[in-house]
Amino acid sequence: MKIETMLAYLKEYDGPEIKLMEVCGTHTSSIFKSGIRSLISPKIKLISGPGCPVCVTPTAYIDQCVTYAMKENHVLVTFGDMMKVTGSHGSLADNKGNGAKVELMYSPMEIVKKAAENPDKTYVIAAVGFETTVPTYALTMEEAESQGIKNIKFITALKQVMPALQWICENENTIHGFICPGHVSVIIGSTIYQGLSQKYKIPCTVAGFEPEHILAAVYDLVCRVERKRSDKYEDFSVHNLYSNAVKAEGNEKAKDLMEKYFKPGAAMWRGLGIIENSGLYIRPEYESFDGGSYGLDQDMELPEACKCSDVIIGRINPNECPMFGENCNPTNPYGPCMVSTEGACGIWYRNGGTL
Amino acid sequence: MKINMSHGSGGKASADIMRDIFGKEFSNDVLDKMEDAAVLEINGKIAFSTDSFVVTPVQFKGGDIGKLAVCGTVNDLLMMGAEPKYLTCGFILEEGLDVEELRAMVVSMGKMAREAGVKIVAGDTKVVEGKGGLYINTSGIGEIPQGRDVSASNCAPGDVIILSGDLGDHHACILSARMNVENNIESDCACLNEIPQALFENGINVKTMRDVTRGGLGTVLNEISESSKCHMEIEESAIPVNPEVRGFADILGLDPLYMGNEGKMIVIVPKEQSERALALIKGTPYGKKGAIIGKVTEKGEKGTVVQRTKMGGTRVIHVLYGEGLPRIC
Repeated sequence: MKIETMLAYLKEYDGPEIKLMEVCGTHTSSIFKSGIRSLISPKIKLISGPGCPVCVTPTAYIDQCVTYAMKENHVLVTFGDMMKVTGSHGSLADNKGNGAKVELMYSPMEIVKKAAENPDKTYVIAAVGFETTVPTYALTMEEAESQGIKNIKFITALKQVMPALQWICENENTIHGFICPGHVSVIIGSTIYQGLSQKYKIPCTVAGFEPEHILAAVYDLVCRVERKRSDKYEDFSVHNLYSNAVKAEGNEKAKDLMEKYFKPGAAMWRGLGIIENSGLYIRPEYESFDGGSYGLDQDMELPEACKCSDVIIGRINPNECPMFGENCNPTNPYGPCMVSTEGACGIWYRNGGTL
Repeated sequence: MKINMSHGSGGKASADIMRDIFGKEFSNDVLDKMEDAAVLEINGKIAFSTDSFVVTPVQFKGGDIGKLAVCGTVNDLLMMGAEPKYLTCGFILEEGLDVEELRAMVVSMGKMAREAGVKIVAGDTKVVEGKGGLYINTSGIGEIPQGRDVSASNCAPGDVIILSGDLGDHHACILSARMNVENNIESDCACLNEIPQALFENGINVKTMRDVTRGGLGTVLNEISESSKCHMEIEESAIPVNPEVRGFADILGLDPLYMGNEGKMIVIVPKEQSERALALIKGTPYGKKGAIIGKVTEKGEKGTVVQRTKMGGTRVIHVLYGEGLPRIC
């Protein structure tokens, strides 16, 4: 189908309000950059779910990273986004001024080489991410193990997508469809969404990252919602529109690797709270790699007025939060939705009142 | 030999590096007099600017901190329609800096200054404790020929925005070096004299010029739209970005619109002169990839910048909030 046809349909849509949620930071970013929201009917709401692993990271995790970065002969390595997330004594970026040793990494694999070249230093990897990045951390451990390298540690804040989706369905069942993540689904596959889709009667569509891919997913979901309403025709099979990269069963090799090194456990999501089995932790057999990742649940006390948890699940618009604007903005953010450039509140603020 | 505290003492060691390095590489009629201050002949209006340079690594593909220190200040003067004439430079050296590394930076500065047609007429060196780092401040003055009026507040509806070339090269180059990523990305660090020169010599009514440095194009356009009290619209598909830089930025989650450059500028001219101005810019060494990227649309008390996306949608372009760090997801 031509993109113009889909656009015309979505622009003219005038039925009941439809809320679609994407749970992938890269989708959010692509929607934002391509201006998809400005091209479709205001009755179709695209809601950014908890898809950015960095912004749901609790304070205690940041504090642990800062502690290591300040420790003698230790270097903390991280992806850039982590630098500005606030801990109880400032962010990693703030603490660089106090002598914290923090280096940016491009890929965790490069740390194996660094650690081999500098045996007197311990490299502490801030391992944050969804299933997309977990296999790389597993590979890093495998490589370090095979080379007998001991001076690498991980502090993990790894998250799984499915328990988060489950949580959203349990707590806010007003979402009409999920735009399922592309990269994560490359690893976990598309079939995995089937049970959830049927149980909660919410259609799921896997999408790639180009604006056209996302538009196609929005179109697919809106059509399904419409047919359900008008013809009572229900289709809760998972539609995979990113089939050149995403297989039904996912990437078995990567899944095996994850399984070998990691096991599920409860994890804290800033704004949502603790969700059972939503985290991944290094297995006891490999605990020598673990820099103390369990129990980092303590989170900053978000001001009582902060409504991030309602924004994340699409219950309210960002400007309905009493903190929004003067008390919470991109230069002085409180909740995760404002911390991330891709969070719903951040986008709303910068776009001057629209999503 | 390494720099130590004696090189900043004002005594013999200071005099030695002054003579052997700075005096030799920067030599010109004003500096050679070695007075307490340079005495200069200036006519009419002058533009005056200063900038400090703290980049690491000090050497990178396409340039070094010395070249950057000249280009940065020269470009700031050029953007006001001035003809850059004189620079001063202040060096802060950390103990342990290799003297040959310092010399290499000074050689590079001297070479760039000659190319840009400016004289380095005064300077200062201090040494502080540290790990062999090197920081440079340059200040510069330039003469503004009569009749030129270039300012961020001059834009009016209908004016056309021209960008001189690819976005993000310097930012991507420095980040690659810091992260030990091997690629072909080079910094665009350059003095942009030829671009304004070509425009003024050919009678183009240049309303606004800005070099697109830290904060990137997004921030620069917002500053101008606010200053001119005008709305602006740019076209996503018209903005030139080197595909390798685009790929690198995509992986790190950076947006070329907010990446820093050191040899790129925007020029805003009346619509009827825009095609001619573009042709003139493309005829200069650092403007070959110049492109018309958008226009000033209408008056508005609180100027906003909007990008029309490839898909036909719109996106509000805001200033850069915080530091342009790579994101993970």
